[in-house]
Amino acid sequence: MKITFAEGIARAIHESLAADPRVVLIGGGIMGLNTGARALLEPVLRDFASRIMVTPISELGLAGAGVGAALAGDRPLVDLSTGSFVFQAFAQVVNEAANIHYMTGGQTSVPVTFYSLAGRRGGGAAQHSHATQAMLGQVPGLQVLTPGGAEDAYGLLKWALLESRNPSVFLSHPLLLGETAEWTAHDAFLPVGKARIRREGRGVSLIASSIMVPRALAAAETLQREHGVSAEVVDLRTIIPLDRDTVLQSVARTGRAVIADECHHSYGVAAEIAATLAEKGFASLKAPVRRVTMPDVPIPFSAPLEAEITVTAEKIVAGALAAVRAA
Amino acid sequence: MSAIATELKNETLVGFYEQLWRIRLFEEQVQRLAARGEVPGFPHLSTGQEAVAVGVCALLNEDDYLFSGHRAHGHVLAKGSDPYAVFAEIIGRQDGVCRGRGGSMHLVDVAHGVLGATGVVAGNVSIAAGAAWAAQVRGESRLAVVFFGDGATGAGVFHETLNLASLWRLPLLLVCENNGMAEFTGREEHSNVAKVSAFAAPYGIPTQTIDGNDVLAVYEAAREAIESIRGSGGPWLLECMTYRMAGHYVGDAQHYRSKEELAAMKEKDPIDRLRRDLVKRGIPENALAAVAARVKAELDTVVDRARRAPHPDPRTVLEDVYSAWN
Repeated sequence: MKITFAEGIARAIHESLAADPRVVLIGGGIMGLNTGARALLEPVLRDFASRIMVTPISELGLAGAGVGAALAGDRPLVDLSTGSFVFQAFAQVVNEAANIHYMTGGQTSVPVTFYSLAGRRGGGAAQHSHATQAMLGQVPGLQVLTPGGAEDAYGLLKWALLESRNPSVFLSHPLLLGETAEWTAHDAFLPVGKARIRREGRGVSLIASSIMVPRALAAAETLQREHGVSAEVVDLRTIIPLDRDTVLQSVARTGRAVIADECHHSYGVAAEIAATLAEKGFASLKAPVRRVTMPDVPIPFSAPLEAEITVTAEKIVAGALAAVRAA
Repeated sequence: MSAIATELKNETLVGFYEQLWRIRLFEEQVQRLAARGEVPGFPHLSTGQEAVAVGVCALLNEDDYLFSGHRAHGHVLAKGSDPYAVFAEIIGRQDGVCRGRGGSMHLVDVAHGVLGATGVVAGNVSIAAGAAWAAQVRGESRLAVVFFGDGATGAGVFHETLNLASLWRLPLLLVCENNGMAEFTGREEHSNVAKVSAFAAPYGIPTQTIDGNDVLAVYEAAREAIESIRGSGGPWLLECMTYRMAGHYVGDAQHYRSKEELAAMKEKDPIDRLRRDLVKRGIPENALAAVAARVKAELDTVVDRARRAPHPDPRTVLEDVYSAWN
């Protein structure tokens, strides 16, 4: 059957609450302003009201409450709403949750999941559009989950809520909520920390995560159809842990790498992948690595300005063609 | 002598006296070793504030959750942690309660219910609320107590937590050690609100402002608060007026204080105060002196042993960033 990304999330939350009484929700917005997707959460709110806290707008306090509940043995999901609001909660996410296991000499850990609807959504302007994965990727102790498809939204969130022993930031994306994928309840779940080859190819590797995954897949389709270029699409799935091996193996096969990333250009996820290829995959490269990213500018409001900087399938195609023609 | 003092047995009161000395002398050792360069970082002493830790923790069960901050030595010892493991931690040894990864500002001892210590002022207030919530959802009778200074009331998260604790009627005891100082800045310069207890009122959180240098007053107020909290009465805020006889950190030259002020505050030393009460009660001076001497000998042994303990193996530096992935 096909499920949407939003259905995957709603299903993961419902099933996790049903499976383990330690799973609790601090806030239950989850789907942002998407009315259709919000309706998917009605069964959760109906069936598990006693384990869901209705919350004030209080990101720092709520994130701390999630850390404390996890220290006390619960497995909380804290809804931090729009991705940019993780900054309100940064002191708890980065300076408390991520450090606790290490600072306590391994005595305790905090399996809390911070849920965040991150990324450029259209019209969000500078304060509601951050792709935060690279900033969070700088934080040892955190897990940064960046699903690019509905099956991974379901699987990664369920893993975070039921199995993970560490704090996670789950980066959902407003423009992914309607994306669909094939899914069956009994599928063996790809281990966390493994990237997914979403499409096999021989001429160039398109490396992507989160919203970049469907755009890279669209780019691969165009490359094949219009340019005769066979592109492989690597979906990183998680930024921490990062599956460098699968990236290196893919590029060893194709000889070319184009990294699509919704973070800003400098110090982004793409920069880390490029550095990995330079350090460990240099001999495989037939052309310079190309990054297709957001320029280093706050996200503008006006639609033509926003479109100008958005990482689209067309820009990924252009990056791939440049890589292919460079050799 | 207060009503509570007549109610409590001599044995209990002498126990308080012993704990006060344990914290005082423990921190004197921290100070001594810090002066010799044997304590990494910048430890913060609670000298003069010990009565708050002792009076509150005397009422806690082992499984109650305790959260503290950067000035935590007294709270942790009063909650029941092993002085050896705490001292070894403060000097960065493998036998430390956090295996040398945390240090003075991050004393966590899960086995004794010490779930959190943070170097970030106010960092643990909302975390304590979360632990209290977890206990509440599970229908447990335990509570969470969090210690913080008046400096923490300048942080937004303190106010966010009052709102959450009140809304959710959490089993949370907020204990403010109002020592009149936010690090190096006096209260009159860091807030226009004279009493921290005033913040509780708009949220309907019961509160008391008490003399934090009187261990019996602390005990009495904390007992009322804790009984109420365990009876599902929701959170309490205790404001304990006290005085930090030490600087903000070991080595602080304290230019912001006059000698007269320090001398005046020594008159209010919580240990001497309890000693006078106990003598009035008929406990001989020499028996009390023997208590202090015994604690001193105990700590001398602890410190000698901790100083001989090995440092962590540098090859283990990358361990415990994550609990096992799956």
